[in-house]
Amino acid sequence: MSLLELTGVTAGYGHFTALWDVGLRVERGEAVAVVGPNGAGKTTLLRVISGVLPVRAGTLTFDGAALAGRPAHEVVAHGVAHVPEGRRLFPTLTVADNLKMGAYLGRARKHYAETLARVYALFPVLAERRTQRAGSLSGGEQQMLAIGRALMSRPRLILLDEPSMGLAPVMVLRLFDLIRRVREEGYTILVVEQNVRQVLKLVDRAYLLEVGRIKMEGRAAELNDQDFVRKAYVGL
Amino acid sequence: MIDPIFLAEAAVNGILLGGVLALLALGLNLIFGVIDIVWIAYVDLVMLCMYLVYFLVQVYGWPVWAGGLAAVALGAALGIAVHLLIISPILGSAPINQLLATGGLLFFLQSFATFLWTTDHRSVRLSLPSYDLGGIFLPLTRVIPFAISILALVALYLFLTRTFVGTAIRAVSQDREAMGLMGANPHRIYLVTSAVGGLMAGLAGALLIFLYSVHPFFGGQLGPLTFMICVLGGLGNMVGAFVASFIMSEIISIAGVLWSTEMGYVIAFVVFIVMIFVRPGGILARRG
Repeated sequence: MSLLELTGVTAGYGHFTALWDVGLRVERGEAVAVVGPNGAGKTTLLRVISGVLPVRAGTLTFDGAALAGRPAHEVVAHGVAHVPEGRRLFPTLTVADNLKMGAYLGRARKHYAETLARVYALFPVLAERRTQRAGSLSGGEQQMLAIGRALMSRPRLILLDEPSMGLAPVMVLRLFDLIRRVREEGYTILVVEQNVRQVLKLVDRAYLLEVGRIKMEGRAAELNDQDFVRKAYVGL
Repeated sequence: MIDPIFLAEAAVNGILLGGVLALLALGLNLIFGVIDIVWIAYVDLVMLCMYLVYFLVQVYGWPVWAGGLAAVALGAALGIAVHLLIISPILGSAPINQLLATGGLLFFLQSFATFLWTTDHRSVRLSLPSYDLGGIFLPLTRVIPFAISILALVALYLFLTRTFVGTAIRAVSQDREAMGLMGANPHRIYLVTSAVGGLMAGLAGALLIFLYSVHPFFGGQLGPLTFMICVLGGLGNMVGAFVASFIMSEIISIAGVLWSTEMGYVIAFVVFIVMIFVRPGGILARRG
């Protein structure tokens, strides 16, 4: 049984359908990417998995539990942490308070000090800036904080939405290194990215999403050829 | 020329009044900052709590502290009830409907109180000693409510900054959806916020009954002032509301000695209108 499994998932906003009959799975310990052009429905896909957006049709199971129709705060309790598009930090709260909110769940709260030490070890810059407001951090640091905050819930699956968005090229490389380290710690990752070349070096498998449908699926090494990259970037 | 000692006494009285006003303003502001709805009927909830203390202490002979605690409990219960019965069903509707609904509650509570208890003014008077501080007259009946208000505000501050739930309340006010992704049920956070806001209304009522007499239209006496303080401090800005409470209470108190209490309110409202143009985001808002 896969850790995460979607079959025939359809979802959208109002009269607009953003995802059509999406099938996708993530195995334990795996890193999987969903790539595709702007507006393909990548963010929508993550929002559906984390329960922010309801599923219209299809099934969504996580570790055997049916999650379709469950609100976001219940999905987190099952072990899915979502690092949303645009990071969505609490800007006037300190770095430490943002991390504390990541451990809001009872299960995570019990291990708060221990998890915090792990996150600070992974992202030492967050420890240095723990009393600063989250809004005062640089883009890269904010992304680290968003990932660290997700780790605080002690998840079994991390959903990353465009972690490289808005970052300088140097920072993008550093961030992918850090995500690689998070992976090596044993976390299962589902990442959505525009930066196809970089993300394919990071993951085991990838899906190509186009106008709301899965168009292609395969091992990252196989997919990492010019044709695929071109498709993902320009949607041709 | 007025004796400077009277001015000093007015300034001290302003500070004493400011503490209780801050309690009201921060309770209202907390709810607004988190749930994004202004409880127009906030001070009318205070009015109900004042009646409770009046009846328990004056009529049934309860000790003052027990009456006060009962008012705090009533306030919290009213906060929860208002949220569940009135706010929660209309959370998704247009802001004007939300204003009208809490406005409707105001008229309901005023009429309800008039129906039950008539328009008589009722008060609880305590005979406590006063101190003379270098010519400034310090009645304990004002000093004690002030001290309790400040203690309550310190407790609120610690709650909002040191506890998981308190920090979550601040986080929800910034990004409700993101806080859902942290595993917090936003509706539960709203309920806790409404309970805390109601609790502060209850405490304010328990203190105000010893300073003012209560009547069904008491909400009209302090309600507009409370909203003004919230707006002056910047809606949702807790520190701003705290500072604004003392600015307003000082204006009213000092102008009250120089001219009259009514003039104090006139000047306070003029200052408010001017500040709305000069600093629309509140006195502590960052420029630009």
